[in-house]
Amino acid sequence: MELAFALAIGALTASGVYLLLRARTFPVVIGLTLLSYGVNLFLFSSGRLATGGQPIIGSTSQYSDPLPQALVLTAIVIGFAMTAFVVVLALRNLADNEDDHVDGYQSERTPKLKTEEAEVSEK
Amino acid sequence: MSLPLVVLLPFLGALAAPLFAQGGRTAIAIASSVPAIIALAALYPHWSTLADGGVVLHSYEWLPALGISFSFRLDGLSLLFALLILVIGLLIILYARYYLKAKENVGKFYSLLLCFMGSMLGIVLSSNLLLMLVFWELTSLTSFLLISFWNHKQDARRGARMALAVTGGGGLALMAGILIIGNIVGSFELDDVLAAGDLIKAHSLYPVALTLVLLGAFTKSAQFPFHFWLPHAMQAPTPVSAYLHSATMVKAGIFLMARLYPALAGTEQWFYMVSFTGMATLLIGAYVAMFKHDLKGLLAHSTVSHLGLITLLFGMGTKLAAVAAVFHVINHATFKASLFMAAGIIDHETGTRDMRRINGLWRYMPHTATLAMVAAASMAGVPLLNGFLSKEMFFAESLQLNLPGFWAWVPPLVATLAGIFAVAYSARFIHDVFFNGKPVDLPIYPPHEPPRYMKIPVEILVFACIMVGVFPAISVGPLLYTAAAATLGGPVPEYHLTIAHGFNLPLVMSFAAFFGGLLMYSQRQRFFDFHARFKEIDEKAVFEGVVSWLASTANRLTFFIENGSLQRYAALLVISVVAVAIVPLTSLGVFVGENGLSPIDWPTLIGIAILILCALATAVMHRERFYALILLSVVGLLVSLGFARFSAPDLAMTQLSVEVVTIVLLMLALFYMPSWTPIESSTSRRVRDAAIALVAGAGMTLVTLAMLTRPFTSISEYFLDNSKPGGGGTNVVNVILVDFRGFDTLGEITVLAIAALGIYSMLKNTVLTPPPGDGQGHAWNRDAYPLMLRQIARPMLPLALMVSAYIFLRGHNMPGGGFIAGLITAVALILQYIASGMIWTQYRVPFRYHNVIGLGLLFAVIAGAASYAFGYPFLTSTFDYIKWPVVGKFEVASALVFDLGVYLTVIGATLLALVSIGRLSPHSAIKSIKESA
Repeated sequence: MELAFALAIGALTASGVYLLLRARTFPVVIGLTLLSYGVNLFLFSSGRLATGGQPIIGSTSQYSDPLPQALVLTAIVIGFAMTAFVVVLALRNLADNEDDHVDGYQSERTPKLKTEEAEVSEK
Repeated sequence: MSLPLVVLLPFLGALAAPLFAQGGRTAIAIASSVPAIIALAALYPHWSTLADGGVVLHSYEWLPALGISFSFRLDGLSLLFALLILVIGLLIILYARYYLKAKENVGKFYSLLLCFMGSMLGIVLSSNLLLMLVFWELTSLTSFLLISFWNHKQDARRGARMALAVTGGGGLALMAGILIIGNIVGSFELDDVLAAGDLIKAHSLYPVALTLVLLGAFTKSAQFPFHFWLPHAMQAPTPVSAYLHSATMVKAGIFLMARLYPALAGTEQWFYMVSFTGMATLLIGAYVAMFKHDLKGLLAHSTVSHLGLITLLFGMGTKLAAVAAVFHVINHATFKASLFMAAGIIDHETGTRDMRRINGLWRYMPHTATLAMVAAASMAGVPLLNGFLSKEMFFAESLQLNLPGFWAWVPPLVATLAGIFAVAYSARFIHDVFFNGKPVDLPIYPPHEPPRYMKIPVEILVFACIMVGVFPAISVGPLLYTAAAATLGGPVPEYHLTIAHGFNLPLVMSFAAFFGGLLMYSQRQRFFDFHARFKEIDEKAVFEGVVSWLASTANRLTFFIENGSLQRYAALLVISVVAVAIVPLTSLGVFVGENGLSPIDWPTLIGIAILILCALATAVMHRERFYALILLSVVGLLVSLGFARFSAPDLAMTQLSVEVVTIVLLMLALFYMPSWTPIESSTSRRVRDAAIALVAGAGMTLVTLAMLTRPFTSISEYFLDNSKPGGGGTNVVNVILVDFRGFDTLGEITVLAIAALGIYSMLKNTVLTPPPGDGQGHAWNRDAYPLMLRQIARPMLPLALMVSAYIFLRGHNMPGGGFIAGLITAVALILQYIASGMIWTQYRVPFRYHNVIGLGLLFAVIAGAASYAFGYPFLTSTFDYIKWPVVGKFEVASALVFDLGVYLTVIGATLLALVSIGRLSPHSAIKSIKESA
C-alpha cells in the first residue's frame, strides 16, 4: 500500500515538475496543479494511511490523524486560488504580449544585438 | 552617564553644526569645538580612578538576548585614545577654519568631522565588542564621506571608494572574528573577553578568529598588503588627512590590537602574523616615501611605515615592546599631525604640493618652516624630540627577540634600514621644501606666512613633541603608564623615560640610521635613478581592475541565474531543491522503515495505477492541451477518491468540488489560448527536464515511502480529546478549522479574498479576443447555450443550494462545513453561467462578488471579535463559553458565524475569479464568433 501511494506521489511530482519546466503558460499551469496534488497527498499522508478511520467522534474506534487533514483542506482551497491567479496571469500575459510564452514577448526573448553603427548613431 | 555622553556629544554637535554655517567659518568652528570641550571636561573627573588602575564602566541594556548592550568602558588605553581624538580634533577644528575657503560647504565638513569624532570615540570607549563594531563601521563611512569631500574630483571619489572598500571589507572580517570570539567566551563584554584570554587561545577556532580580527586591524591601519588605500585617501582635504590618516582612524586598527592584546596575543601565530606584517609595512612604507614628489604622498607613506613600526612592536609580544608601541602611538600622532598641517599650509600658500617645484620656502615662511623642521626631525628620530625616545625603545626591543640563528639579526637590521629611510625622507622634506634653491613656477607667488591662528595647532603639537622629548617622565609619564597597564592587563615592566640611556647598542643604531639617512639623501639622485628603473605599480589601476573584474563576474553570475527566463528560474529552483534534499535522503540508508509495508487491496491498486498512468500521460500529451486537461481532471477525481479511501471524507468532498471549479476555470482559459503547444525546446533540453523531473519524482517517492513506514507521534490526541467537549463538534477536522486553528483559517480566507481581488484587478480593462476556432480547423459550436444543459441546470440550482445548506449546517458534526458548502454553491452558480450565459445569470444573481467576499470576511472577524465582548481574546474557543449561562446553543452559534464567513468568502472569491475571466471578451466578439460559425 505504502509503496503504491508513494509511487503515485512520485508520478504526480515528476509530471508536475516536467510540465513546470515547459515554455508555454498552459502546461505550466497544469504542472502546478499536478504538483499541488502531489504535495497535498504527501502532507495528508504524514498522518499515515488509515482505512475506515474518519475523524468523526463516535463513528469509529480508531481515528485517523485529523490535523494534516485540516491543513490539507485549506491547502486545497488556497491551491485553487493560486491556480486561478496563475491562469489569470497567463491570460493577462496573452492579452498584453499576444503570446503565451512564459518569458513574455517573442522579441524580448531574442533581443537584437545592437550593431556598432546603431550605437554610434544614438550618440 | 558621562561616558555615553562623551560619545553622543559629537553626534549632537554634528546635527547642530550646519545651523551655524550661516554665521561664517569662525562661528561654526567655535560651535563645533563645544562638544569636544565638554567631552574633555566630562572625562577629567575619571582621571583619579584610572590613575589608581581602576576602570569606569557605564552600561545600559539594548538587546540583551543578542548580547548587545550600550556599555562603555574607560581605562588607561581608551583614555589615551580619547584624549588624542579630542585634543587633536580640537586643533583640527581650529586649523580647518583657516584651511577651508569661505565658499565651501563648511557645514557639511564640520558635521562630518564631528560624526567621525563621535564614531572614533565610540570605538575606543565601547565595552561591548558588537557596539564597537558599529562604531568601527561608522568610521569607515564617515571617512569615506570626508575623503570624498571634494566630490567633484574624480580622484577624490575613487580614493574614497578604495578606502571604503578596503576598510569596510576588513570590517566584515572583523565582525566574523568578533562573533567567533563572542561565541567562545559567551559574552561580548570587554571585561569578560579580556579575562578569557587563555580560553580563547586554547580554542580550536583561535587561529580563524585571530586571522579575521587581524584582517580588520590591518586593513584599517593600512598594513601591507592593504596599505595602498592610505596614499590614495590623501585626496581628502588636509585637515582630514591630518586627523583621520595620521592621528586617529588609522590608529583604530592599532587600538584594536592593543585592546585585545591580553585576549589574543602571546601565541606563535600572533607573533608571526603581526610582527612580519609590521616589518614588511615598516620597510615598504619607508622605502616608497623617499621617492614621492607629492608632499602629502611622502607623509602618507611615512605614516604607513610608522604604523608598521607600531604593529611590529605589538607583534614582538614582549611587555616592553607593548609599552613602546603605546608610546609611539602618542608620538607619531603629535609629529605627524603637525607635519600634515604644515603640508596643508604650504599647499594653501603655494597652490601646489609638488616638491620639485616647492623649494627655498625658508625665505618666505620662516615661522612655518621652523615648526615643520622640528616635527620632521622628530619623525626622523633626532634626539631631544619625542620620536627619538620611542624609536630608541623600538631599537632596543628589536634586539631582544629570541629568534634562532641568522633570523635574530633580521629585526634589528630591518629596524635600522627603516630608520635610514626615515631620516632620508625627513631630510628630503626639510631640505627640498625649505632650502634647495628657489621655488619653481609656483601657482601662487610669492608665498607668505599663513594667518596667525592657522599656525597655532601646529605650534601646540610641536611644543608637545619637544616637551615629551625633553621631559618625558613629567609630561607623558603618568598617561603612558596607565595606558600601558591597561593594554597589558597586568603589571607593567620597569622602564625608564629618560633622554639618554648611556652608550649602548640602540644608540649606535640610531646614529647609524641618522648618518646613513643623511648619506642616502646626499646621494639621492642615484637612488632616484635606481628606483626609476622599476615600473611603478599603479595601485589605483590594479584596484579598479580588480573591482571591475569582480563586478563583471558578479554580473555574469547574476545574468546566468536571472536571465529573465521563467524556465531558467524554475529549473534552478527545482535543481537546488533536489540537491538540498539528496544529502539527508542518502544518509537515510533504509527507505522502508520498521513499520514495514501493509497489504493492498485490488480496488485501491487499480485506482492508484490509473492515477499514475493519467499523471504521466498528462505530461506526455501536454501538447494537446484539451486532452491534457481531461487527463488532469481524471487525476483530480482519483485524488479525491484517494482521500475518501484513506479516511478523509472532508478532503474528498473539498477536492471534488475544487476539481470541478478548477477544470471549468482551465477550460475557460483554454478558450482564449492556443489549443496546441508548439515544440520549442531542443531534444537535449527535454531530456534534461525529464531527468530533473524523474529525479524529483523518485526523491518524493522515497521520502514518502520512508515517512509512511516509520512510526510517528502526533499532537492530534489533544484535538481528538477536546473536539467534542471543547469545540462542541464531532467532526474534528471542521472543529480544528473553525475553532482550534480558527485564526489560521481566518488568514487563509483572507488570502483567498486577496487572490480573487488580484484576479479581478489584473483582468479589469483587459480585452482578449478569442481565436475564431480551436486552432485545428474546427469552428466553435454555434449553439453557445445548449437547450438540454439549460433546462437541466435551472432546476439544479435550488437543489444544489439546499444540499450546500445541509452540508454547511451539519459541518460541525459530520463531514462538511463552510469550505465545502461554499464550493458547492459556487459550482451550482457556475453551472448557471455556463448553461445560460453571463448576462442571463448576472441579471438573476445581482450580487457584486466583491461585496460577498467583504461580507464573508466581516462575519468571520465579527465572530472572532465577539469574544472580546465577553472578556476573552480574539477567536476564543467555545470551551470558554460553556461557563456562561446560555451554554450549549451559544457556542454552536459562535462557531457557525465564523463558518458562515468562510462560506461566503469561498463563494465570492471563486465566482469573482471565474466571472472576471468570463468577462474578458466583449460581448460583440462572442456574438461575431457565433455568427461566423
